[in-house]
Amino acid sequence: MSLDKITQVSGRAVHVPGDDIDTDQIIPARFMRCVTFDGLGEFLFHDARFGPNKESKNHPLDRPEHKGATIVISGDNFGCGSSREHAPQALHKFGIRAVIAGNFAEIFFGNATTLGIPCVSVAKEDREKLVATIQANPNVELTVDIVAQRVRYGDNEVPCSIREAARKALTEGQWDPIGQLIEGRDAVAKLAAALPY
Amino acid sequence: MAGNGRTLFQKVWDAHSVRTLSNGQTQLFIGLHLIHEVTSPQAFGMLRDLGLKVVYPKRTFATVDHIVPTDTRKEPFADALAQGMIDALRKACREFGITFFDTHTGQQGIVHVIGPELGLTQPGMTIACGDSHTATHGAFGAVAFGIGTSQVRDILATQTMALSPLKVRRINVDGRLSLGVYAKDVILHIIRRLGVNGGTGYAYEYGGRVFDTMGMDGRMTVCNMSIEGGARVGYVNPDATTFTYLKGKPYAPQGKDWDAAVERWKHTASDANARYDDVKSFDAGEIKPTVTWGVNPGQAIFIDETLPSPEDVPAEQQEGHADALQHMQFKAGQAIEGVKVDVCFIGSCTNGRIGDLREAARVVKGRKVANGVKALVVPGSDAVGKAAEKEGLDRIFTEAGFQWRQAGCSMCLAMNPDKLVGDQLCAATSNRNFKGRMGSPTGRTLLMSPVMVAAAAVTGQVSDARKVFGL
Repeated sequence: MSLDKITQVSGRAVHVPGDDIDTDQIIPARFMRCVTFDGLGEFLFHDARFGPNKESKNHPLDRPEHKGATIVISGDNFGCGSSREHAPQALHKFGIRAVIAGNFAEIFFGNATTLGIPCVSVAKEDREKLVATIQANPNVELTVDIVAQRVRYGDNEVPCSIREAARKALTEGQWDPIGQLIEGRDAVAKLAAALPY
Repeated sequence: MAGNGRTLFQKVWDAHSVRTLSNGQTQLFIGLHLIHEVTSPQAFGMLRDLGLKVVYPKRTFATVDHIVPTDTRKEPFADALAQGMIDALRKACREFGITFFDTHTGQQGIVHVIGPELGLTQPGMTIACGDSHTATHGAFGAVAFGIGTSQVRDILATQTMALSPLKVRRINVDGRLSLGVYAKDVILHIIRRLGVNGGTGYAYEYGGRVFDTMGMDGRMTVCNMSIEGGARVGYVNPDATTFTYLKGKPYAPQGKDWDAAVERWKHTASDANARYDDVKSFDAGEIKPTVTWGVNPGQAIFIDETLPSPEDVPAEQQEGHADALQHMQFKAGQAIEGVKVDVCFIGSCTNGRIGDLREAARVVKGRKVANGVKALVVPGSDAVGKAAEKEGLDRIFTEAGFQWRQAGCSMCLAMNPDKLVGDQLCAATSNRNFKGRMGSPTGRTLLMSPVMVAAAAVTGQVSDARKVFGL
């Protein structure tokens, strides 16, 4: 299985404010009664975006100036809660290709990386600069550079960080490890035979 | 923190490491793989697309728990989507040769309840499941954790996945728990103190006198909610209590194999001179019955405390704090005791075991659910339900006015018909109080122990169970 090397993601960004944004917010469980991941994009942040009669709450994701944005900027502990891969799948199907946050919940981070979505950490003051920039001009293009670990916007840049294993996997096109895991089959069989259970 | 011995985590990790992958992660062998109907269908779909088989079908076991109705098992389910999901799992298990503890087998239940009661969960294993509360199995001295659907695929295809090792934080709880204070209060207290993000990157090793003397049900309650504190893995070193629980269970080693297993399991425990990345200590005597008041499990207070004010909260948390108060319709500085409840739910992978039901039944016996309160008791598995019925617990609950249901995840997460309506407030023994968690965007959840839910049920309001039941 041949995967693209992901060295950077460029695009417009949208601010989804708040810390501890959990997976129930990202994709409410009632939309997970499915056997594929098709169509999940429609339900991204559903209850934050729509009222009981499906009326729009004018969430940042639905504002016209953010249509087509591919980068989400959020707070600390993004993606906490469930291990549901439906959460990063919903983001991906909606069109999101990178997430900038204070830090990430562990299982969410792993799931997103496996889908080729870079999740980078940016310090609070620097995130505030990014948010102020896109609020002043939603058309500004951000570039999340995973190789240099920088987020560039116009003539400016702020540092970002991403765990080394994820950074390597993304930039070397190994972000979905299934191919490598299959290649290890002989070593796996050897360990399985020696395991006492 | 000094010493050159190994923690249980390190021993189990070393024993299951196949090789290092190109990005530095470990290809980790997963000894026991548990699956359920929500996070497996797409994994089987990916397997079919890749033309792959399940490499070790006998190492994967399936159950259905999230979408099953708890009032009747009659099919077709009223929810066609749910029916589709159980059908997909049946088809996949037949196709790939996987044992499925289906609804008619008498062994169905919540995945983190049936693993241990079947003796599938054992010390020294690596255990993975597409569900974050897989940490529960760590109560047996296993390294157990939640995974996403792509990792479910990886394990089905190769019995391995790519993972980086965790750091280990030792959490000591010493002293004695007061009457009316339970395992649920211990873990809610730990999460309150260390934060919902405090454990990210860590495995939590729980120890100290409180854990030495705690039964397996209590250890499972604590390990279950490790992930709510950010820790993907949570475990208790195996000991005589662990071995006694497992002896004679259907999938536990038997005869000579049993003796050999116990010897092996004793050596799985952390060495006395193990090195920890961090250590935190708590005094059990300080822990009181705890109730969450907000929209994440860390927003919790003792039953006799008042809700924190914005001034009590660090500046960067103030907006979230205000948002939580607004959603819950509470005011800063108000008491949690006395808050009226609409629904009471005893169940879930956190507190749906026989020990939980016994203690709730003990206090509720002879009392009545308050007018206007809808109260449910949902056993965590068919086996728990049958054991409870044999002991007459079901009659104690129904005579009190609780509904006695069949096993499943029920109200915990709204993927089945058990849901909140509107802004109903639910006292629950489950593990998450996120907005919309129980099926209504304006619904409100307060997490607490089974005995505290029982107290809320009989008084119609959040109450101090110690006073209500004279504990």
